[in-house]
Amino acid sequence: MDWLTTVDHKKIGILYLIAGGLFFGIGGIEAILIRLQLIKPMNDLVSAQVFNELITMHGTTMIFLGVMPVIFALMNAVVPLQIGARDVAFPFLNSLGFWTFLFGGLLLNLSWIMGGAPDAGWTSYTPLSTTEYSSTHGVDFYTIGLQIAGLGTLIGGINFLATIITMRAPGMSFMRMPMFTWTSFITSAMILFAFPAITVGLVLLSFDRLLGANFFDVAAGGSPVLWQHIFWIFGHPEVYILILPAFGIISEVIPTFSRKRLFGYSSMVFATILIAFLGFMVWAHHMFTTGLGPVANALFAIATMLIAVPTGIKIFNWLFTMWGGQIRFTSANLFAIGFVPTFVMGGVTGVMLASAPADFQFHDTYFVVAHFHYVIVGGLVFGLFSGLHYWWPKMFGRMLNETLGKWTFWTFAIGFHLTFFVQHFLGLLGMQRRIVSYLPNQNFDTLNFISTIGAILMGVGVLLFLANVVMTARKPSGVANDPWEDGRTLEWSIPSPPPEYNFKQIPLVRGLDAFWKEKMAGNKEMTPSEPLGPIHMPSPSILPFVMSLGLFIAGLGFMFSTEEFSNSFMSLIFNKYIVMIVGLVITFAAMIARSVFDDHGYHIETEELEGEGKA
Amino acid sequence: MMKRWQAVKRLLPLMAMFALVLSGCGREDLSVLRPQGPVAQGQLDLIKLSISIMIVVMVVVFGIAAYVLVKFRKKKGQDKIPEQVEGNHKLEIIWTAIPLLLVLVLAIPTIQKVFAYGENDWNDPDAVKVEVTSHQFWWEFNYPDYGVKTAQELVIPVGKKIAFQLKTNDVLHSFWVPSLGGKMDTNTEGSVNYMTLIADKADTYIGKCAELCGPSHGFMEFRVKAVDDATFENWVAAFKAPAVLPEDPALAEKFKTNCLSCHAVGDQGGAMGPNLTGMGSRETVASILLNDISGEPGSKPTKDNLVEWLSEPQAVKPGNTMPNPKDLGFTDQEIEQIADYLANYKLDY
Repeated sequence: MDWLTTVDHKKIGILYLIAGGLFFGIGGIEAILIRLQLIKPMNDLVSAQVFNELITMHGTTMIFLGVMPVIFALMNAVVPLQIGARDVAFPFLNSLGFWTFLFGGLLLNLSWIMGGAPDAGWTSYTPLSTTEYSSTHGVDFYTIGLQIAGLGTLIGGINFLATIITMRAPGMSFMRMPMFTWTSFITSAMILFAFPAITVGLVLLSFDRLLGANFFDVAAGGSPVLWQHIFWIFGHPEVYILILPAFGIISEVIPTFSRKRLFGYSSMVFATILIAFLGFMVWAHHMFTTGLGPVANALFAIATMLIAVPTGIKIFNWLFTMWGGQIRFTSANLFAIGFVPTFVMGGVTGVMLASAPADFQFHDTYFVVAHFHYVIVGGLVFGLFSGLHYWWPKMFGRMLNETLGKWTFWTFAIGFHLTFFVQHFLGLLGMQRRIVSYLPNQNFDTLNFISTIGAILMGVGVLLFLANVVMTARKPSGVANDPWEDGRTLEWSIPSPPPEYNFKQIPLVRGLDAFWKEKMAGNKEMTPSEPLGPIHMPSPSILPFVMSLGLFIAGLGFMFSTEEFSNSFMSLIFNKYIVMIVGLVITFAAMIARSVFDDHGYHIETEELEGEGKA
Repeated sequence: MMKRWQAVKRLLPLMAMFALVLSGCGREDLSVLRPQGPVAQGQLDLIKLSISIMIVVMVVVFGIAAYVLVKFRKKKGQDKIPEQVEGNHKLEIIWTAIPLLLVLVLAIPTIQKVFAYGENDWNDPDAVKVEVTSHQFWWEFNYPDYGVKTAQELVIPVGKKIAFQLKTNDVLHSFWVPSLGGKMDTNTEGSVNYMTLIADKADTYIGKCAELCGPSHGFMEFRVKAVDDATFENWVAAFKAPAVLPEDPALAEKFKTNCLSCHAVGDQGGAMGPNLTGMGSRETVASILLNDISGEPGSKPTKDNLVEWLSEPQAVKPGNTMPNPKDLGFTDQEIEQIADYLANYKLDY
C-alpha cells in the first residue's frame, strides 16, 4: 500500500526501475524469439503474423516501456540529490506520471492475451496500420496504450524541467550543474517538444481506426506520408531523448573512476544543447527513400552529418578526462568505457546512413538494424547498466557484487558485438529488415546463426545482472555515504540510501563538483546553507493510481467501442461508450478530489531530525 | 594483460571489416558490395568513401582509448590526486574542426549524387519505361510503350536506361534491386516516385521488398532479367502472342472461369492477380519457390512448385489474397493438370 501511494522521488525511482525492468525483460524475450526464428533459413518457429507482432512489440516495448522508464528511474533517483533538493517540484505529478506509464504499458501488453498484438512495426506506417490491413485490435492497443504511457512521460519531463530550473541548492548555477542533471534537463525539454507530436499522430490514427476519420486515407484526401512526417518529427528527437541521459551517466562515471574532473565541461554542455537542437532538424533522414526529392534529401543529409561534430566533441572529452587520471575498472566503469568505442561505431555508421544516395542501399536493411542497436543497446543500455552499477549503492544502500558485475559486462558486451556487428554485413549482402525468414544460399545463413548465438549470450548477461540484484538484496543495507570514495557530486554527501527528506539542511554549493571541492578543502560534509529546521513533506496519495486506472478503463472502453460482441451485455457497455465514460468519470472524480480537498502535507520536526543524525 | 586483449578485441572487427570490404563479397546478383550497374556502382563508391573516413576516425579514437586505458590505469600505492584539468581550448577546437572537415569531404559527393540520382528520366525518349505497381505480396510490371504487363519477373535490355514509375495498389512497399541500385518506396497515388536503373551485363538479379508490408513481407521477392536488345524484342513479341490455354477443353473452361477472373494469360483474363503468361520460363513460383531453371541449389521442378503453391497458397505466402483452389472446387488431379499446363507454358525468346 505504501508503494501505491508514495510520492517520494526515490521510491518512484525504484518503482520505475522495477516496472521498466519487467518490460525490458518482456522485450528481451521477444528479441530472443526473433533471433531464434532467424537462426536458420526458412525456419518455422513462429508464424509470419506472430513474427510481425514480435518485431512490433519488441521495438515499441524497448523504446517506450523498457529503456525510457529506466532512464526515468535514474533521473528520479539521482537528479534531486544532485541538485541538492528534497524532492521534485511536483511530487504528486511524479507519482501520476509513473502510474499512467505503467497502466499504458500494461494496456499495450494486454494485447498479447486479448487477441492480436500490434503488427505494423513500431513505426506503424499507414496504410498498413489502418483497419483495412491490420484488422485485429493490435494497432488500437498501440495507439491507446502509447497515448496513456506517453502522458506519463510528458508529465515526468515537465516535472524535471520545473525541478531543475527552480529547486537547485544555493550556489548551484546552471554552469555548476552535474552533467547528468544537465542531460536530464535537456532530455526533459526534448520530451516537452517531441511527445506532443506523437500524441497528435496517435490521436489521428486512432480516430482513423475507431471513428472512421480519413487523415491517412488517400481515397478521401489523406496522406500516408503525413504519418511518416508526424512519426519521425517525434521519432528522431526520441532517440536523442534516449541517448542524452546515457551521455550524462558516462560523464559522471568516467570522472569518478578516473579521479579527474570532466574535461571540457562547458563544451560538453554546449555539445548537448547543440545535439538536442539538431536532433529536431533531421527527422526526414528516416525518409530518404520516401521520395521527398533531391533538395529535401540534400538538406537533411547535411544536417544529419553535422550531428557528428558535437558528438565527436563529447567522445574526445571523455577520452581526455581519463588522460592523466587513475582509472579504476569497476563494473560501472567497465560499462562506461565499453560505451565509448561501441557508441563511436554506432555513430560512424550513423554518418554513413546520412549520405542519402548511400542510404538508398542501407535503408530498411540489417545495416540499419545494426546501426541503431549499436546506438541504443551499445550506447544507451551500456550507459544504463553503468548508471545502475554506479548508483545502486546510493539507491539501495547495498553494493552490487563486483565480480558478478564484471561477468555481466563481459558476457553482455561480447554477446552484443557478436549479435550486431555481423548484421552490418547482412545488410550490405542484401538482407532487408523485418523479414520473418529468408531463402538459403544467399550468404545470410552463417551470419544469422552467429547473430543468434550472440543474442543468447546477451540474454545470459542480463540474467547474471538479475542474479546479482537478487543476491545483493539479501545482504544488509547500509554502505558508506561515498562508497566509491571518489564521488564528486552532492548525492555522495548524504547517507545511502538517503532519508526521505534527502538533505537535513540544504547544502551550499561552492563550485562545480561540489562535494569533491569540499573534500579537497578537507571538509567531511557539505557546508549547510540554512539552519536546521522542520522539513515540510508532501502527503502520500492514492489519487494518481486511481486517475491512471480510470484512463486505463476508458482506453479499453474506447478501443472496443466498435467491436461486435456476441454477448449483448458486452455490446451494450462497450458500444454505447459506457465503459469509456465510467473510466473517464473515475479519472475526473479523482481530479476533482485532488482540487477540492486541500492537503497541506506534514512536517518532520527538528528533534526528530537530530535524533536520526546521531543514530 | 587483459587491457592488451581489449585493444586486440577492438582492432579485430576493424580488420575483419577491411578484409570484407576489400575482397567484396556476397552473391553477384544480390549484394550491394558487387554492383552490376552504374547506379549501384556510384552508391558503392560513396559507401567506400564513407567507410574509409569512418575507419580513420575509429582507428584514431580506439588508438587514443587503448593508450589511455593502458597508460593511466590506477597503480598500487597511487594515492596522490591527479591534476584537475579544466579543458584545453586548442584541443577542443581541433576536434571540432577536424570532424567538420571530414563531414565536408563526405558532404560534397553526397550532394552531387543526391541530385544525379534524383533526376527523372520518365520523359527521356531513350529510356525504357516501366510502371511498377506493388501489391500484397507481388509485383506488377507494365511497359506502357510495349503494351506488355507482366508480374514477378522484370525483363530489361542491358545497357539501357530503365525509367521506373513506382506506386502501390495497397500498403507501402519498397522496390529494391541491391546489385543494380538503391531502393525507392512505392507510395500511394498522389506521391508517385520515379527512379532510373541500368544493368551493365546480362544476368538475373534478385529484387526485394524493403518496407514492412504485412505477414509475407519477407517473401515478396522478384527477379530482374537483363537481356540483350534482340532477346528483349523477342520476349516482347512472345509475350504478346495469343494466349495458350489448357488442351483439355473441360479444364480450359474451368481455368478460364476460375483462374482468369483474376489472372491473365496472354490477351485473356483479368489484372487483379499476377500475370501468368509464360510461367514455365520463370525462375520462381510465388517468388520464393525456386524452379529448376534458376539453377539454384534446392530448386525443384517447376511443376512441383506449382502444385505446392496451388495446394496450399497460405502455407507458402501467409496473408496473400489468392483463394485456395480447393475451395473453388479444384480436385488434386485438376491442380496437377493446371500445374502441368503452367509449367509447360514457356516463352520462346
